[in-house]
Amino acid sequence: MSHYESQVREPLILGHKTYHDITEDIARPIENKSGKLWWICFSIAMVAFIFGVGAIAYTIGTGIGVWGLNRTINWGWDITNFVWWVGIGHAGTLISAVLLLFRQKWRMSVNRSAEAMTIFAVVQAALFPVIHMGRPWLMYWVFPIPNQFGSLWPNFNSPLLWDVFAISTYFSVSTVFWLMGLIPDFAMIRDRATKPFAKKIYGILAFGWGGGAKHWQRFEELSLVLAGLCTPLVFSVHTIVSFDFATSVIKGWHSTVYPPYFVAGAIFSGFAMVQTLLSVMRKVLHYEDYITRKHIEYMNIVIVVTGGMVAVAYLTELWIAWYSGSRYEDFTYFSPGAATGPYWWAFWALIICNVLVPGLLWFRRVRRSFFWTFVISIVVNVGMWFERFDIIVINLSRDYLPSSWTMFMPSWVDVGIFIGTNGFFFVLYLLYARTFPVISQSELKTILKSSGESYKKHHTEDEHHEH
Amino acid sequence: MSITNTKIVYGLYGDDDDLLKAVKSIRKQGITIDEVYTPFPVHGLDKALGLKKTRISDLAFFYGLFGTTLASLMTWFVMNHDWAQDIGGKPSFTWGENMPAFVPIMFELTVFCAAHFMVITYLIRNKMYPGAAAKNPDPRTTDDKFLIEIKTSDVEKIKNVFVETGAEEVTVKGDFVQSNVNNLVQEA
Repeated sequence: MSHYESQVREPLILGHKTYHDITEDIARPIENKSGKLWWICFSIAMVAFIFGVGAIAYTIGTGIGVWGLNRTINWGWDITNFVWWVGIGHAGTLISAVLLLFRQKWRMSVNRSAEAMTIFAVVQAALFPVIHMGRPWLMYWVFPIPNQFGSLWPNFNSPLLWDVFAISTYFSVSTVFWLMGLIPDFAMIRDRATKPFAKKIYGILAFGWGGGAKHWQRFEELSLVLAGLCTPLVFSVHTIVSFDFATSVIKGWHSTVYPPYFVAGAIFSGFAMVQTLLSVMRKVLHYEDYITRKHIEYMNIVIVVTGGMVAVAYLTELWIAWYSGSRYEDFTYFSPGAATGPYWWAFWALIICNVLVPGLLWFRRVRRSFFWTFVISIVVNVGMWFERFDIIVINLSRDYLPSSWTMFMPSWVDVGIFIGTNGFFFVLYLLYARTFPVISQSELKTILKSSGESYKKHHTEDEHHEH
Repeated sequence: MSITNTKIVYGLYGDDDDLLKAVKSIRKQGITIDEVYTPFPVHGLDKALGLKKTRISDLAFFYGLFGTTLASLMTWFVMNHDWAQDIGGKPSFTWGENMPAFVPIMFELTVFCAAHFMVITYLIRNKMYPGAAAKNPDPRTTDDKFLIEIKTSDVEKIKNVFVETGAEEVTVKGDFVQSNVNNLVQEA
């Protein structure tokens, strides 16, 4: 049947897999017991999470003053971490939506985990807009709900309100997109389950899925339209996050390059996080045949492309700061002033982690190496944390009035909350890896005959016989 | 033919290519296929079955329009009609003057309504909800088997059709017939 795939392409599913092998491989981690390593990681993540919950409770109980913020630098680690987590979340939707629109078959082994990462990262991000409020218990005032104050409404001019709409839309649409894709896989687990409890739970989650022809037709239409909706959503959400800064009057913030530059940075850091997670997952869950060297290389190519865009944006910032002739632009987060000022270390951390180290991915040997991919992916996420820190703190630390120049030093509560969100993220991700089908088996089965290793070989032989 | 005589006959296939061939051949013989259960979307199956194009994406367009309208009305009512205040020098006399600030909200609500209402439509049309009974008659169809379901009063004829088109198993309401076509398929 219709196999017109070029032999130039490397196989995406290694080994002599059948449809049933895919089912077995994907159900295995769910049906087996957790290993010792899982429990160790889960315990560590849980401790970090509980510590973070404590730090959040302490902040809300005592006041924002327990953080390292001051009257000049009134956004510090809170919004740095918020933008960092939102940014990480963007790769998931990029993989599942944008790559679907571009018909990239390699996305099928990675999209489920990338979407899970999106959702768990957005949960972490969404904590910060709430807990950085002075009066978080009045948070519901941001919603346009009719009320007894003569109906007092929010102000729709504020990017912080746009954030509310953007993040809640992003979170809910990504979750629904992910869950709709999971339904056929839950049905597969349900139909295999032998324990009554598992059968019940996966039966509820499977929504009665039967895989009828009409249902699949609608399923594919739904996936395509949701991908078409998620693609502009991804771009708009990080654009709106960038508006928090770009619509301000702070020098170094009011920059029109921010929307595309933030989106590129989000894809850059998001893919780095996917690499970190998948490098471990493919080993631990024995998915070497599905998440292959080629998948890792493709993602590294995305990282190097978006990293290049980010680097161009840095240079644009530097150029425009000089070209503007504005004296205030002499000390933006990306300027000779920042490079030699009191935050020189944050500036150089950015250059090294975001421009120099990922530049190694231009070399084929580096981007096809699992070890170096893992190392570089962590370096990139450190660098992207520094990018947001630099944008926020360096720009605020020296603004228009020299009398308000100051420095920022985080308190243990700032650090504790950040550690806590990392713990929470891994708690969710580790639970997910034990209970959810981490590769979309129903999608993977559609490419087995075109991109499976044994099938590819088989077809090449066939052609030799025929001609 | 009365309803009481009607039986359901299932033909189980082991490969998607065999399934497509079988569906085409069965339909050519003028037999109506009631349902096909597959573990993954078999491309070309809806065409082979002669299914109509689904219209849920058309609906999504109108749900999106609804979202845009909702956001426009909400921002106009709140910002220009109910409390037309001066917040940071933004012009609040007409909606158009302040429209650029409302674009992010309008965009997000468009996507929100289009996506969520489409998903709800999809679930309703498929009769899917948490805890619904599994719709596939054979659990193997979510793993690696493909099942054709035909309701008929002439069971023997349909059985033969399934066997001829390469079915691995033919089942009639618990009545089980193992075909010897398996070996033929492997030899071919």
